[in-house]
Amino acid sequence: MQIARVIGTLVSTQKHRKFEGAKLLLVQPLNPDDSPRGTALLAVDGVGAGVHEKVLVVLEGRAAGEALGRKAAPVDAAVVGIVDTISLYE
Amino acid sequence: MQLARVIGDIVATRKDEQLSGIKLLIVQPLSPDHQPVGRPLVAVDAVGAGVGEEVFFVRGKEASFPFHPAEPPVDAGIVGIVDHWDLG
Repeated sequence: MQIARVIGTLVSTQKHRKFEGAKLLLVQPLNPDDSPRGTALLAVDGVGAGVHEKVLVVLEGRAAGEALGRKAAPVDAAVVGIVDTISLYE
Repeated sequence: MQLARVIGDIVATRKDEQLSGIKLLIVQPLSPDHQPVGRPLVAVDAVGAGVGEEVFFVRGKEASFPFHPAEPPVDAGIVGIVDHWDLG
């Protein structure tokens, strides 16, 4: 999983049917020091996350489909948690 | 999934038979401010996308799922056409 920040939401009318009803979030992966890492990507929301929240994102198809609750969905990323705190000891 | 713009299409007559009838498009990944990032790639189309449209595409085996029960040998597929996105 990766830590990311929700930076936006996306609207799509014409999409694969397995996306019907799914919320699509633009998320920016973060380094442990909160600096952005790489390019923002699109994830389906499995937990009711909102813009500005720090979240846990799975970047793997099967896991993302499970988070969406749909088998054989053409997805590769999903928000599966909202981060309360992160503690680094090294 | 990643944001992208469709910038081209590909015709290939001789190809894996499971790719028959599947549209091949060239997509340029985009950043949230609509700027190109990284290199263009070829993605199959599952939603009727066309050149110039902003789309989102999935990577990996999941790109073949819209073509079930066929299992075309693909690694990227367009699964939605973008109306708009809003940055918070």
